Amino acid sequence: MAFDLFFNSSLILLAIGMLFKIVQWFSYKIGIQAQNSTFAERLVSSLKAMPGIVFSPKIGIVLKTFILDVLFQHKILKQDVLRWVMHMLIFWGFILLFFMHALETVVSDVIFTSYYSTVNPYMFLRDFFGFMVLVGIAIAICRRFFMKIHRLSTNKMDIYAIFIVAVIILSGIFLEGAKIISFTDFRDMEQDFSALEYKEDILALEAYWVKYYGLVSPNISGDISQEILAAGEEINEESCVDCHTRPQSAFAGYAVSKIMKPIGGLLDRIGIVTFLYYFHILACFIGLALLPFTKMLHIITTPISLITGAIMQRETSNPLNIATRQLIELDACVHCNTCSKTCSAGPACDVKNNMTILPSERMLSLRQYFKTKDLGSSQFMAIQEGIYLCSNCDRCTVVCPAGINLKELWYDVREEFIRSGTLITPLVLSPFSYNRTYNRDDFGAVLSDMPARHAKGIIASRYKKKSHSTDVLSLTNSNEFKEEQSHQDGTFSYCFSCENCTNVCPVVMNYEKPEQVLDLLPHQMMRSIGLGLENLALGSNMLWDCVTCYQCQEHCPQNVKITDIFYELKNKVSKDCFYSQKES
Amino acid sequence: MKKFALFIGCNIPAKVEQYETSARAVLKKLDVDFIDIKQFNCCGYPMKNTDQTAWVLSSARNIALAENAGKDILTLCKCCFGSLKKANAVLRQDDDLKAKINTILEKEGLKYQGTSSVSHYLSVLNDDITIDELNKKTKDHYKDLNIATHYGCHALRPSEIMKFDDPASPSLFDNLVKVTGAKSIEWASKLECCGAPVLGINDSLSYDLTEKKLGSAKQAGADFICVACPWCHMQFDKIQNQIASKRNNEYNLPSILYTQLLGLRLGIGKEELGIDNQENQGNESLDQVYSKLFDTKEKKLKKKRKKKKLTKKPVEKKVIKKETPSTE
Repeated sequence: MAFDLFFNSSLILLAIGMLFKIVQWFSYKIGIQAQNSTFAERLVSSLKAMPGIVFSPKIGIVLKTFILDVLFQHKILKQDVLRWVMHMLIFWGFILLFFMHALETVVSDVIFTSYYSTVNPYMFLRDFFGFMVLVGIAIAICRRFFMKIHRLSTNKMDIYAIFIVAVIILSGIFLEGAKIISFTDFRDMEQDFSALEYKEDILALEAYWVKYYGLVSPNISGDISQEILAAGEEINEESCVDCHTRPQSAFAGYAVSKIMKPIGGLLDRIGIVTFLYYFHILACFIGLALLPFTKMLHIITTPISLITGAIMQRETSNPLNIATRQLIELDACVHCNTCSKTCSAGPACDVKNNMTILPSERMLSLRQYFKTKDLGSSQFMAIQEGIYLCSNCDRCTVVCPAGINLKELWYDVREEFIRSGTLITPLVLSPFSYNRTYNRDDFGAVLSDMPARHAKGIIASRYKKKSHSTDVLSLTNSNEFKEEQSHQDGTFSYCFSCENCTNVCPVVMNYEKPEQVLDLLPHQMMRSIGLGLENLALGSNMLWDCVTCYQCQEHCPQNVKITDIFYELKNKVSKDCFYSQKES
Repeated sequence: MKKFALFIGCNIPAKVEQYETSARAVLKKLDVDFIDIKQFNCCGYPMKNTDQTAWVLSSARNIALAENAGKDILTLCKCCFGSLKKANAVLRQDDDLKAKINTILEKEGLKYQGTSSVSHYLSVLNDDITIDELNKKTKDHYKDLNIATHYGCHALRPSEIMKFDDPASPSLFDNLVKVTGAKSIEWASKLECCGAPVLGINDSLSYDLTEKKLGSAKQAGADFICVACPWCHMQFDKIQNQIASKRNNEYNLPSILYTQLLGLRLGIGKEELGIDNQENQGNESLDQVYSKLFDTKEKKLKKKRKKKKLTKKPVEKKVIKKETPSTE
């Protein structure tokens, strides 16, 4: 039969898709510790870890997480009540429909001996569950398209997820409505379940069903006499009512049948029931077959992420398993934007025009990255900037309703980028680098300030340095920096080289021969800009070794805004040196 | 008194949680009116090196949120303090930038006006609560505790904007330490940088600067280095341990947050303040130092009083409290 054919093909496609996904999870490389691992090693190490969870107190945590976060979705509730209502309605409505209705032959029929989809409470419940999903979908559409939630972006996958669920439920409800009015269905039921021999009896039952069951019949029109109805009622009591409640309980389908009623006869004749039936099951099977490659995969991955997140620890878990978990986590992200809403560095994306600064958008780019490990230089730079422009406040990890350990993901991906790429973001020369050294022992950041040294190398190769004390500097350069200056920081021209700044600088004091390490000392920096030699200042190490303690500025008798000028120079270097890098 | 929005920043909830819990406990004890604004973001400080507009926008958004709630900002971090207050100063001068920032903020219905002020926790204790009031509220005094106060660069300088204290010879922090009965020692590199701003950029320089401070404070006889900034605390805490293991230079000079130092004397429990020496267990010199936190002058007096079975304890206490400032 067509049903079996569709069903089996969709199951086969689902199985192939899931297998494909599983192979990805166990073979893609993420982070530095899993770079040389093989598929087999990863699979074995994860299988080895399983007994240690099942036969330990950790199983309690698994159960608790399953109930609290998967079934009750407590993490969503904590962040957003409306979203929780939305998701609970869709989740529970869909799950209950799935077991009670889609799997009725293996679940409902077995558990409830009196189960008939056409009898209450099941008839009512089926519509009620469907209605729950529809309300949830309506809220989802409102949130995504009308409510203007800050930093909530909607992509094709989000639309697909709403669309497929809506289509499945709506086609089911319309199918039900079409069946209510269908004369063909009535005749089939009448032949299957009643043994009416006389035409008058059949007509009486038909009349009764037209009046009370919403049937549209070509044989009945105009007013129906009480006598016929009474006869019909009697037959209905005898043959039908035990297995078929009046369809008003199926309130959603019944409402739809009311809409269809005026053209009910026509719809029935052109086979609307058969059409909607295939439409409905095809929608279900397409959803099923595509599940591994759509957002709907989160039905599987998000619970895994929530549970593994609750039981795995960086210190004790096998790094290979952490890598596998992180790849599953990438697929567990549902792009709900909770992280982006709370992201501390979020405002920067409005200035930088780089959406990957927002964690939820970065997840999408990373998914792409781990597929190909090659994104082209501009995309690579964008993700790197996004991942580096993180103030490590951990809020994304705390709020993620899918339980994704985003913090660790950023660390590991950042390490991988730093070690693999020749392209580097100027952000390595900012306090955003602090965390790498701070956590150097926990995250394997062995060469803690290596990226900054790499970046300094790029800067040095761009600007000419004064290499020998005998070099004579030309003073005819145009003063680019001077012209670009904002009025408050143009104060360098007041410098008369008293060297107060240099004398109080803790960085200068730290070195025996500071001019060798720092290239230029603070007062020389100011003088070189004043003389139009800003390239000397821009290329000096002094800029990046400055601790921004403002001692120089505080002690300047001429009110030169030394530290602030340093900031301006650093901004200029960042802009000029890095975004034009060529991949070597 | 002003009404505040507490600005915790990024580092504290992730790495220095005890600063938040102790700061909240102290504020509560002192009946300071404050709220939390969940939508606060990074102050923008780490963005300054590469893009100052990103910094100003980040700061301005926070200030706009506080303005919306009709509150002034109360920061725990010296760098957040510097960053927010400086952004306020920049924006008050630069109308073009302000307009640009407001076009972005407008997208989420916010507007920066520049009406909310930014204060650091220590300034609030000093200016809004006042030393006198703190003296009244502290229950007893440390008996023998030497504290090296670390002021933090971004609170002190540039002084024309920060107006935190005299940049050359500040006394605010020292006075606050004295309230607890601890001795605020003089030490050579009191006003220097902790080294945090260049960690990750130039680790060896950062370690050098931290070591210099630790050595100087230790030499001056400090039991604790006292801070009111998460960056400085992380530097003197975990980075000190890194220095010990990677450079083999041990200073054994723990860092204590001022909110912890004061909290104990306000009668707040050490658990609530997050005072914990678990990590260093077995290190005798540190154990000894930590025990000084629980060695107080009044404790002994109380014991004596108990023996005498005096009934009017509160009255006795008040007398002692009034006396203590004069003995400093």
